Amino acid sequence: MSATPLTKPVLSKKAQFRELFNVATLRLLMDRAIKMLALPGFGILVFLFLWQLLANNIITSLGQFPGPNQVWEQSKSLVTEHRRERSKETAFYQRQEVRNAKKLADDPSATVKIRSYTGKATFLDQIFTSLLTVAFGFMVATLVAVPLGILCGLSESLYRCINPIIQTFKPVSPLAWLPLVTMVVSALYVSDDPLFDKAFLTSAFTVALCCLWPTVVNTIVGVASIDRDLINVSRVLRLGSLVHIRKVVIPSAIPLIFTGLRLSLATGWMVLIAAEMLAQNPGLGKFIWDEFQNGSSNSLGRIMVAVLVIGIIGFILDSLMLALQKHLSWDKQATLR
Amino acid sequence: MLNKNYLEISQVGIEFATSGEPFRALQNVNLAIAKGEFISLIGHSGCGKSTVLNIVAGLYNATEGGIILEGREVDEPGPDRAVVFQNHALMPWLTVYQNVELAVKCVFKKTKTKAEIRDWIEHNLSLVHMEHAVHKLPSELSGGMKQRVGIARCLAMQPKVLLMDEPFGALDALTRAHLQDSLMDIQQRLDNTVIMITHDVDEAVLLSDRIVMMTNGPAASIGEVLSIDLPRPRNRVVLADDPAFNHYRQQVLRFLYEKQKNPADKNAVAG
Ligand SMILES: Nc1ncnc2c1ncn2[C@@H]1O[C@H](COP(=O)(O)OP(=O)(O)OP(=O)(O)O)[C@@H](O)[C@H]1O
Ligand SMILES: [Mg+2]
Repeated sequence: MSATPLTKPVLSKKAQFRELFNVATLRLLMDRAIKMLALPGFGILVFLFLWQLLANNIITSLGQFPGPNQVWEQSKSLVTEHRRERSKETAFYQRQEVRNAKKLADDPSATVKIRSYTGKATFLDQIFTSLLTVAFGFMVATLVAVPLGILCGLSESLYRCINPIIQTFKPVSPLAWLPLVTMVVSALYVSDDPLFDKAFLTSAFTVALCCLWPTVVNTIVGVASIDRDLINVSRVLRLGSLVHIRKVVIPSAIPLIFTGLRLSLATGWMVLIAAEMLAQNPGLGKFIWDEFQNGSSNSLGRIMVAVLVIGIIGFILDSLMLALQKHLSWDKQATLR
Repeated sequence: MLNKNYLEISQVGIEFATSGEPFRALQNVNLAIAKGEFISLIGHSGCGKSTVLNIVAGLYNATEGGIILEGREVDEPGPDRAVVFQNHALMPWLTVYQNVELAVKCVFKKTKTKAEIRDWIEHNLSLVHMEHAVHKLPSELSGGMKQRVGIARCLAMQPKVLLMDEPFGALDALTRAHLQDSLMDIQQRLDNTVIMITHDVDEAVLLSDRIVMMTNGPAASIGEVLSIDLPRPRNRVVLADDPAFNHYRQQVLRFLYEKQKNPADKNAVAG
C-alpha cells in the first residue's frame, strides 16, 4: 500500500456545483429535511388539531376552553401589554425629568429626586424573574452538590454517614420546604439595603433544596464507579488528592454529573413554578395564580400561554445543558439524548 | 551478574478478607531479581500471578513478608515501579500525547524543562512507533496501539522496575509478535528490569532471562525457576528451529500440564 493518504480529486467550480446537486446528495438532504422538520412538524399539527377538537367540547365557568387560536391571540396581547407598560414607564421617567429640570431652573438649590416606577409586572417581566430565580437556585445547588457528591463518592465512610440524610430529604416536596424557607429567610436576611428581594431568595432556596439531590446522587455514582485501573494509574503516579480529583475523578464522572445536573435543572424549573404559585412570589407561577383569581374570559387563554411558555423554556434549558454536556464530554461517540 | 538482589520478593504471603473465612492466595513467595533481568511469571489462571505483581507494585499490601528494592523496603505504589495494565488503562479523555505527558510530568516536573519534556514524550512514543497518532484519543486507536501507548507511558517514567500484567493478552498473534519484538529491542537497549505475566509459553521463552513458574492456588508459591540461556538478540524465526529453545518450551509445558495440572481440568473430571 502507498503511504500517501487518499485525497479527493480537486474539482472545478462547475463540477463542485454538479456534485452538490447530484441525486445522492439531494436524497441525503431530503432525508435530513424529513427527519428534522417534516416529522416534528407533522406531530405538532396533529397535536394542534386534537387540541382544538377537545377545546371545542369543554365549557368551563369561565367560558370555552381555549384552543390554539385563542392562545395565539392572548400571547399577542400579552406582548402588546408589555410594550404598553414599557412606554408608560419611559413616559413616567421623562415626566419626572422634565419636572425636575423645571424645578432646578426656578431654584438651583432645590433637591430633586427620581421616584422609581411601580407598575404592574408584565408577563415578560415574570418570565425574566422566573429565569433569574431558577438560575440562581440551580447555581447554589450545583456549587453544593458537585463537591459533596465528589467527596461522598471518594470516601465510602463519608457516604455511609451522609446517605441516610440524602435518602430522607430527597423525596421531600418543595411545598413542604416553602414555609420553613420563607421563615428562615425573613429571620436571617435582614439588611437595610437588601441586594436581593426576600421573595426571590425564598423561591431560589426552595429550588436549590429540591435540585440538590439528583446531582448529588449521580455524582456519587459517577465518582464511585471510576475504572479501578485508572485509580491504580493515579496511585502509581502518586498524584496528590487535588490533582487526582481534577485529572482523574472529574473527567471520568463528568457524564453522570451532567445527567444529574440536567435532572436537577428540570426539577428546579418545575419546583419554581409551584413555589411561586404558593408563596405569591413574583414569577410565572404568580402570573398563573393571578390570572386564575382574576377569572376573566381571557384568563384561561392567558394561563395556557403561560403553560406553553413554561414547557418551551424547560425544553430550551435542557437543550442548553445538553449542548454544554456535548461540548465538555470527552466521549464524542456517545449518543446523548 | 552484578547485583543479584536488585529487587527482592521476600517471604511474601497474602490473605484476602472474604465474606467467609479469609482466603490465602500466596504463601512463601521468594525471588531475587537482578538489575536488567527480564522475568516471566507463568502459571494457571487464578494461581496468583496478578497478586504477586500488585504486591510488587505496592497496590496490594502483603500480609507477610515484603518487597525490597535497592535495599529499601517498599510498601506503597510509586513511579519507580511502573505498571502496564492488562487493559491499557489509558485515560479515555486524554490524547495519546497527554496520557504520556501526565506520567512524564509527575516524574520529571522538577528535573526537565518544558522543551525537554516534550522531546522525551515524543521520543518514547516513537520507541513504540506511535509518533503518527499522538493527538488521537484512545477510543480512536486499535487494541495493539493502545497497549503500545500504555507501554510508552511506562517506559517514559524510567522506572526501576517495569511490571507488565499480560500486556499482549488481548491482542492477535501478529500484533503480539510485533510488540514482543519491539519490547525485546527496547529492553535490550534500555536495560530495564522487567517482570511480565504471561499465559503464552513461547512468549515466555522468547523474552525471558528466567521463567518463574507458579504452583496452583490456594496458598500458591513459586514452583520452579527456569533460566533461559539463549543468546541475544533473539530471533523468533531462527529460534523456532532451535533445539535448545524447544527444550525450554517443553520444560515449561511439562511443569504446567504434568506437574501442575490445570485446576479447571481437575474439576471437569470430578464433575
Ligand atoms: N481483591 C481480592 N479479594 C479476594 N480475593 C482475591 C482478590 N484478588 C485476587 N483474589 C483471589 O486470589 C487468587 C489469585 O488471583 P490473581 O488475580 O492473582 O490470579 P491470576 O494468576 O492473575 O489469574 P489470571 O491468570 O486469570 O489473571 C484468585 O483465587 C482470586 O480469586
Ligand atoms: Mg491476572
